Amino acid sequence: MMNATRLKMGYVLFLVGGLLLSVPGFATVEKSSTSAAAPAASIAPAAAPQKAEQKSKSTADHSKFEELKRNFRNGPEVTKACLKCHTEAGKQVQHTKHWTWEYVNPVTKQKLGKKHVINNFCTSVKTNQTFCSACHVGYGWSDDSFDFSKEANVDCLACHDTTGKYKKIPGLSGHPNYKTMEWPPHSGRFREPTDLKKIAQNVGKTSRASCGACHFYGGGGDAVKHGDLDSSLKTPERYLDVHMDAEGLNFSCGECHLSDAHKVTGSRYAPTAAEKKGALLRGKDDGRNPTTCRACHGDAPHTEYAKLNDHTDKLACQTCHIPEFARGRLPTKMTWDWSTAGRLDEKGHRIQAKNSGGQVAYDSKKGDFTYERYVKPEYVWFNGDIKYTLFGDRVDGSDRVKINEFMGGPDDPNSRIWPVKVFRGKQPYDVENKTLAVFHTAGKGDAAFWGNYNWDKALKVGMASTAVAFSGKYDFVETEMSWPITHMVAPKEDALSCVQCHKENGRLEGLKGIYMPGNNNWPIIDFLGYSVALLALIGVLIHGGIRYLTSRKGG
Amino acid sequence: MSERIYIFKRFERFWHWSQAALIMFLMLTGFEIHGSYRLFGFENAVSYHTFAAWTLVSLWVFAVFWHFTTGEWKQYIPTMEKVDAMFKYYVTGIFTNAPHPFRQTTLTKHNPLQRLAYLFVFVVVNPVIWFSGWAYLFYNELSVVGLGGLPLSWIAFFHVVGAFMMLIFFIAHVYLATAGHTPTAHIKAMVTGWEEAD
Repeated sequence: MMNATRLKMGYVLFLVGGLLLSVPGFATVEKSSTSAAAPAASIAPAAAPQKAEQKSKSTADHSKFEELKRNFRNGPEVTKACLKCHTEAGKQVQHTKHWTWEYVNPVTKQKLGKKHVINNFCTSVKTNQTFCSACHVGYGWSDDSFDFSKEANVDCLACHDTTGKYKKIPGLSGHPNYKTMEWPPHSGRFREPTDLKKIAQNVGKTSRASCGACHFYGGGGDAVKHGDLDSSLKTPERYLDVHMDAEGLNFSCGECHLSDAHKVTGSRYAPTAAEKKGALLRGKDDGRNPTTCRACHGDAPHTEYAKLNDHTDKLACQTCHIPEFARGRLPTKMTWDWSTAGRLDEKGHRIQAKNSGGQVAYDSKKGDFTYERYVKPEYVWFNGDIKYTLFGDRVDGSDRVKINEFMGGPDDPNSRIWPVKVFRGKQPYDVENKTLAVFHTAGKGDAAFWGNYNWDKALKVGMASTAVAFSGKYDFVETEMSWPITHMVAPKEDALSCVQCHKENGRLEGLKGIYMPGNNNWPIIDFLGYSVALLALIGVLIHGGIRYLTSRKGG
Repeated sequence: MSERIYIFKRFERFWHWSQAALIMFLMLTGFEIHGSYRLFGFENAVSYHTFAAWTLVSLWVFAVFWHFTTGEWKQYIPTMEKVDAMFKYYVTGIFTNAPHPFRQTTLTKHNPLQRLAYLFVFVVVNPVIWFSGWAYLFYNELSVVGLGGLPLSWIAFFHVVGAFMMLIFFIAHVYLATAGHTPTAHIKAMVTGWEEAD
């Protein structure tokens, strides 16, 4: 409706010819749409840092619950106590991806989720569950025999701990430590047994810290995987994230990832690449994703400079509003070369070498890494569908393998240009069967690569856990994987300015299907136009020169 | 002695010079937006260009009104009479001090070549620039007028082609303004309204 108003206003202007000064009036028409972010500001005071000690606003003080006034021997005992009141919570969680690690893409029919995909970080969950399940909302997932139906296996504390003391330890199949243990291994530092009683009595809503306990550390460490998620988002400044700004709006993750019945909205497996509707009324369930920018900001959020709204048919909001990722204090990993892993020193010991920035650049366990901060994203057309290269999918070894491929293009009305982090690496593949190969990375047994550094054994055990045949002959293949950039939203003054794209060799250089003023889009028209103009100029100069000479003669 | 004829009335002169300034400014900002050079910065150039364009539109509303109410629009009715003589004059006569084949009067103030050139600007160059410009401005609202599928590249194509035509017209126009019976005669007339005829 506002667009129509704007159009009408333009015509009225034309017809009435409202003189020179009517133009600023034109610009102010847009003022009627106020920023949807404004109401959220009222949330800020409650969460300002100086009030961090303020008691939870919950109507329940869990420390007063009889069920929780006891010592717990392990996590499942806590869960059973939780379920006595929250009778449906376990079942709810069991219906989420946080629990199943499974997702079937309705378009491609590919079976995805952490349980099934291959990536180019630690490559696969298969045979490594005792470690990977440190980020599973459950207890005891150590191998394929795990009982996904047992409610006591659900880990409530992974998300609802507010003390920050609850840590699921890699290698313990999703459990925290119940006894004193050295952590990290060989560090000489020891973790006290987890105080489950205290943690259980202090449960509460999820927070940046509780979500971040897993999501900031994806790929095996802080800031490694996503590039737009790392621990600097626990208490970010406005510059780093305008919504989560600890002294400003102070949004929790759930503010955007609005959840119901433990189902968290927003997904990397089925992202909403192009939201075409306006703001979503909070509370109204019409099947739309409430996590998108537009769900709050509407479809014409730029009021000062309305021309920017014209970009929304091609660009995701993120493209301009997240000018760079890894803008916190940490660099993100950009490449990972497994092919060099396994080199040991002359005594047969593991090697670790750091780069000038203090990050591990080589580790015998993992190979070579590079890192970057303030990374300019790459840009792709994206319609929300992602095609994965899964177990058994053909990989010929000559080309770089796209482990996931973002679908879409300029002629697809459901596509938008998105910023992505492209993570590149080298990882094993089966030379004869032409498939990516996964390996037993960590855990007990002789085959774990992190124990014996033997690719043959690690690959054999890893591949045996899949339904894919393994020839035993392997090499390393270049791979790349894309991650949509959608967090670390900058304040508007730090968003991309026009000229960062509108010039030659700008940000979107090379992207097909866009006409961009400022980039030399019509070289032939330019050549013809300037040529004729130049000829006209030369012509009049010659004509004028002759006139000048003949008039002098004549005079 | 030469006689003086009052050719350009006050509004006409105001229209001409303010239009001249606006078109020069539109070319300056437009070619920056096009990427030919950097001067104001892309964002500013777009703002200025848009502002100047709407200003020109407003000016034109008055100009159209003026032309119809005064009957001055008849000055642009095309004629092929003496076009060949004009050509001949610009190609040879102008160098040999031959007499100008056209005599200005208040009823025919433009020579036949001017009539054709201005008419071409009014019916081809301006519409191309204006309609593509509006399509540019209202790009995301084009579906309202049934042009939702029009790609920006087409819109831009016409706008850029129109801009080059205007640039070429501008070069020729400025030069021919010096081709009166003295180099400054036409320009003086456009300032004062009075043309000195031989």
